[in-house]
Amino acid sequence: MTAHRPSCREMLGSLSEYLDGELEAELCAAIESHLSECENCRIVVDTLRKTITLYHQHAEEDPQLPAEVRLRLFKRLNLEDFLSHSR
Amino acid sequence: MTNKVDPPLSIEALRRGDRAEFARLVELYDAYIYRLALRILGNPQDAEDVLQETFIKALKHLPSFDGRSSLSTWLYRIATNEALMLLRKEKGGMISLDEPNPNDDEEQEPIQIVDWCCLPEEMLMNAETKKVLDQAIAQLSPALRVVVVLRDLQGLSTRETSQILKISEESVKTRLSRARLQLRQWLSEYFHQQYGLENLAS
Ligand SMILES: [Zn+2]
Repeated sequence: MTAHRPSCREMLGSLSEYLDGELEAELCAAIESHLSECENCRIVVDTLRKTITLYHQHAEEDPQLPAEVRLRLFKRLNLEDFLSHSR
Repeated sequence: MTNKVDPPLSIEALRRGDRAEFARLVELYDAYIYRLALRILGNPQDAEDVLQETFIKALKHLPSFDGRSSLSTWLYRIATNEALMLLRKEKGGMISLDEPNPNDDEEQEPIQIVDWCCLPEEMLMNAETKKVLDQAIAQLSPALRVVVVLRDLQGLSTRETSQILKISEESVKTRLSRARLQLRQWLSEYFHQQYGLENLAS
């Protein structure tokens, strides 16, 4: 054992950056070493990754700007003239 | 969507109050701003108010836009501040946007260990799950919510998010981490209850 092996709870705070690929190599290695021996943390990492993916996927399906909201915006800004021929 | 490439916005024209150019700016960004506000506030009427206030403020302050950040970052910043101001008003001035201290309760909360990754796609992508995702976002403190909205829902970078919120990139990462972990906890509890998956919480 060379480096300090983080405990399950100590690792939590680094997982978000780990998944974004922003963690330094040494910490990544420590996390991966822990993961190779800890089923629980593998589940935590997998579900954290999936949480992020789910939000990305659902965000893509969020409603577009409703046409009437855009119309009211252009009216409020006195820009109706520009709305008509841009549509 | 047209195929022709529109010329880039002229900051010069915007600064001197060119109305056609301002209309182009609005048309380019109104959908992004609306979704941002809706995601922070969770309510279409409030989102529309923020949308209108954002462009009214932009129109007023464009002559002094210094170009140090991009126009989109600048607009996002106005919109985020408007949304947070509205939240603060609704909560009676009680919300804090400072770096939240991780409180002991949260730190000691058992870590939910529910393996819901392999649930079929139709369970993860249905309207019911979408509602749960939205409710979870709404339950986050405003300081965490804005960060996860900008990063994971609007798809902005850590750097852009830090410029919009005027906080360090380290703070963005810390808040994003706390927000994502909290969301994962809530989703794990939900999937555990909804589908009877085993919970190895420790
Ligand atoms: Zn572990």
